[in-house]
Amino acid sequence: MSVTWRLAWRNLWRHSRRTWLTVGAMVFCNVLLIFLISLQLGSYQMMIDNSLATYSGHIQIQQRGYLEDQQMRQTVPAVARLAAGVRSVLGVETVSARGLAFALASSEQRSFGVLLNGVQPEFEPAVSTLPGLVRQGRYLAPGDRGQIVIGAVLARNLKVGLGEELTFLGSGRDGSFSAGVATVVGILESGMDEIDRSVAQVPLSWFQETFSMGDHGHSVVIRVPDLDRVPEAVQTLQGMLPAGESLEVLDWNALQPGLRQAITSDLASAWFTYVVLIVLVAFSVLNTQLMSVLERTREFGVMLSLGMRPGQLARLVGMETLLMAALGLGLGVLLGALLTQYLSAVGFAYPGMDELGAKFNMPGRMYPEVSLLSLFWGPAVVVLGALLAAIYPALRLFRLAPVEAMRAA
Amino acid sequence: MKRGSLSVVSTLAWRNLWRNHRRTLIMLLAIAIGVWAMIFMAALMRGMTDEMMRNGLNNLPGEVQIHQANYRDDPSVANSMAPPAGELARELARPPVAAWAARVRVPAVVASERDSRGVTLLGVDPASERAIGSLPGDIQEGRFLEDEHDRGLVIGRKLASRLETALGKRVVLMSQDPQNDIADRGVRVVGIYRARLEGTEDQFVYAGRAAVQEMLGIGDRVSEVAVTAHDYRAVDRWYPQLAAAVGQGLEVAPWTELDSFLASYLSVQDGFSLVFMVVVFLVLSFGLVNTLAMAVFERVREIGLMQALGMPPSLILGQLLLESLYLLGLGLALGNLLALASIRPLESGIDISAVAQGMEMMGMGTTLYPALALTDMAMSTAVVIVLGLLASLLPAWRAARLEPVTALNTTM
Repeated sequence: MSVTWRLAWRNLWRHSRRTWLTVGAMVFCNVLLIFLISLQLGSYQMMIDNSLATYSGHIQIQQRGYLEDQQMRQTVPAVARLAAGVRSVLGVETVSARGLAFALASSEQRSFGVLLNGVQPEFEPAVSTLPGLVRQGRYLAPGDRGQIVIGAVLARNLKVGLGEELTFLGSGRDGSFSAGVATVVGILESGMDEIDRSVAQVPLSWFQETFSMGDHGHSVVIRVPDLDRVPEAVQTLQGMLPAGESLEVLDWNALQPGLRQAITSDLASAWFTYVVLIVLVAFSVLNTQLMSVLERTREFGVMLSLGMRPGQLARLVGMETLLMAALGLGLGVLLGALLTQYLSAVGFAYPGMDELGAKFNMPGRMYPEVSLLSLFWGPAVVVLGALLAAIYPALRLFRLAPVEAMRAA
Repeated sequence: MKRGSLSVVSTLAWRNLWRNHRRTLIMLLAIAIGVWAMIFMAALMRGMTDEMMRNGLNNLPGEVQIHQANYRDDPSVANSMAPPAGELARELARPPVAAWAARVRVPAVVASERDSRGVTLLGVDPASERAIGSLPGDIQEGRFLEDEHDRGLVIGRKLASRLETALGKRVVLMSQDPQNDIADRGVRVVGIYRARLEGTEDQFVYAGRAAVQEMLGIGDRVSEVAVTAHDYRAVDRWYPQLAAAVGQGLEVAPWTELDSFLASYLSVQDGFSLVFMVVVFLVLSFGLVNTLAMAVFERVREIGLMQALGMPPSLILGQLLLESLYLLGLGLALGNLLALASIRPLESGIDISAVAQGMEMMGMGTTLYPALALTDMAMSTAVVIVLGLLASLLPAWRAARLEPVTALNTTM
């Protein structure tokens, strides 16, 4: 350790209470930043995963324009064969074909307009979490024909239970009149009204027959093991699309544009919080360093007249700040890591979060994501802010005249 | 404490504050920025919350709704009610109720020649709906319904494009009548509205109330009565009166019960503003304590002298607290002014359409209107003064407890 470093270190402890208070401000701010950032990253990951896992998947193949207009005739031909092709090209089993049609569903007593979803019973559970939410009866099984699984609210509104029949009236792909009867085999309950009111799933083959779809469907849904693999998969799929068809490959950003935007807007407001905290800590450092420079005017005067250059003194002040900031960083990261590590094991809850979370497909407990990024990003910026704050006190040294400084009180 | 000593102490405190004007100015700036951030953030969040509440309550609509007891579980036309009469009608005419509307609200299907969709059919009386503020504000094409006998249909822009229909075209409206038969009728699209949220455009279609009642064969019965007093926070104070006035078989529900998501969001947001303020203050407090501790440290000899000359410790404590109070007061004034100056120009709205779909998930439109509320300014002031004085107590107390002789002999 060179003399200057040792000097800087000792200078720090001339006013130990002041130094500790400033370090305390940094530690508090660092722990707060680590907590908030890791909580944020953890919740985004969860929000994306859960939202996509419910129904939409990471990637879908659709007819161009279907996403916007959702019209019956915008179909994907030979949809089951395409899904099988995707499975072998990507080497994953989590691929399923779907069809979607509007129909008037009638029970003995009630009629409701529903969006009837044709799914592949053998593959649907691999791409969506909805099949796992069946609370009464069972989910569709391979070989099912006229069976249907509906949401709990829909079942209540239609006044049907397991084993009862629903009649469907709608129009087929060619505009013809279509009708069918299906037996309720399962009732699904997610706890989210929007889902429980809208889910109505039937086997794809029966769906295609009823709505004169031939071998057509509306989408191929793909789940990949990891969000990071989406771009690569999209590229592979674009290469394998059958020629002569205007199909398109949509990633989760296109399927659920709200998701990324919700994250962006949340990040923006979080940024505001972080910047305010860091600026306030920087002010604290500025005040401390300015004080320590002002009260040492005489001492600096002596050092200047002994031949030290103002630049060296400024570097000394910079070193002191750096040491202080490093102390704040070390302690902050240590405490922050302990806190987030603990919370990532037991989870973190906030009163009222259950209901808010449900809206965004999030569980009531949040688990912070501990990573190098979440641990060091905030504290590193705090160090930077502290160094910037030391510029003004350091600059004052260049205006110091040795003789006058030595005479100063 | 005598009057004279108080004025001496306050003069001393004020002068002491400016002995090291640089340090005071820096701290002042830090407090001002902290206070500004507290109020600015609170105003943004309040604006967001208000907007969500407005959209949410417009969708309900009203702050209180009256239904037949089974309607919410089974929103069928079979669970309808007679329009308000007697005691209920009298109660609805009294303040604080500002307006109310009785409407038919049933699930229905709209079919064009190309496609069909499930929707919520609202049979409305335009005049009373306008009074509760539930009608779509933006009619993009055509017109809205003229009165409750209007036989036209007004649909959303999104639904029009999904059905591939247009203004002036005919569509078929189907719904269930009380005998569980399908009632249908061909109607002409007379207006296409645009809503703040796309989901709304997809879901709601409007028709004249009398026309819907005739189609369903339900006489003058309605599905729900929506009531507003134009103050959603005060609803708990007046809805029990309505609940007492409705007859058997009816149910009165406030919005907190109708939309529990909105209710919990509101309470979380209110709590969050306070948490944010306290957190900002805590970061600030380190600097505040530091400044004050330094001020005491520099003046140890002086304080010892004052004590030796007979100044009681309570006055020394008071003087330092007063010094801190001046600092906090100035910082607060500056921060509040900054907040006013920065929020006022933004009140006409911040364009957030870049993240529109994300905001729609939260029930927000494309413009954010920050709302500066006195309560937020008062809350931040209270947080800063109360916590600020608490934080100053420690250094001030230490100063008051100094031993005069030791203090006098301290060398800097």
